Amino acid sequence: MKFGVITFPGSNSDEDAFLAITDVLGQECVKLWHKDHDLRGVDVVILPGGFSYGDYLRAGAIARFSPIMREVITHADRGGPVVGICNGFQIACEAGLLPGALLRNASLQFVSELCRVRVETTETRFSNQYAPGQILRLPIAHGDGRYTADDATLDRLEQNDQVVFRYVNEKGEVDPSADPNGSMRGIAGIVNERGNVLGLMPHPERAAEAIVGSADGVALFESLLAQVGV
Amino acid sequence: MSRYRVAVHIVPRRGLLDPQGKAVADALHSLGFNGVRDVRVGRHLVIDADAPEPQSAERAVRDMCAKLLANPVTEDYEIANVEQA
Repeated sequence: MKFGVITFPGSNSDEDAFLAITDVLGQECVKLWHKDHDLRGVDVVILPGGFSYGDYLRAGAIARFSPIMREVITHADRGGPVVGICNGFQIACEAGLLPGALLRNASLQFVSELCRVRVETTETRFSNQYAPGQILRLPIAHGDGRYTADDATLDRLEQNDQVVFRYVNEKGEVDPSADPNGSMRGIAGIVNERGNVLGLMPHPERAAEAIVGSADGVALFESLLAQVGV
Repeated sequence: MSRYRVAVHIVPRRGLLDPQGKAVADALHSLGFNGVRDVRVGRHLVIDADAPEPQSAERAVRDMCAKLLANPVTEDYEIANVEQA
């Protein structure tokens, strides 16, 4: 399976994603530049973490207008998989690929820690290699991660089983005190209605080997491979 | 064509948690401004643009807000002023 990681000015997790895909998964991965007009035939697009365009105006607001985003939107419209991680989630929301927005953390503090998230559905092409309700340890590192949407949108996400990950406490329960950024309904990651675009604030690519503290992120990428039987 | 200076306010939508506004409100209370009920922190942009008339300059800025400057999910905007630049 061929992955493509897009580098925007200010991306900082593009190399981590590249290494997780090539070294850990042993898959092909091409580096794409934000000014490119061609996805070079990739099957999966990764919008990586970082601070594209310095987070000027709003996180992800300017990256959304990078030339390559036109191709990414076309790819997504055709049903091609897209994974937006952290800043990539913000970009995907700004681009209208996912509903809602990521606002300043409720604490006003940048959070960098290993958090707990619960797998809410395994019926997606990004989570089919997890067990239902599995608790993952994934790192987060963001200042603008508070998932926000109106009640109708939140209800629709829940009804359609589009919430993939939620922040939970040690007991595996959704708990405002275990929600690192004040996200509505504890939401850490969602898919679009069609199920081909995933956005999440935690960093699965930085949890790809036990030596860095967790390998719980690997199954997210393996889920994509399982989908096509690679 | 003339040059117009259009000022626009963009603020977090009322009802959404605005932690910056809340922090500022708390600081104002601690300074004794006890009448403060709510603070929202937003952005103020001043845009100089060429347009045939002030109405079209304002229309263009509204379009900019809808497409880029404001997030329709979380923010409201209002044109604060239009003047000859």
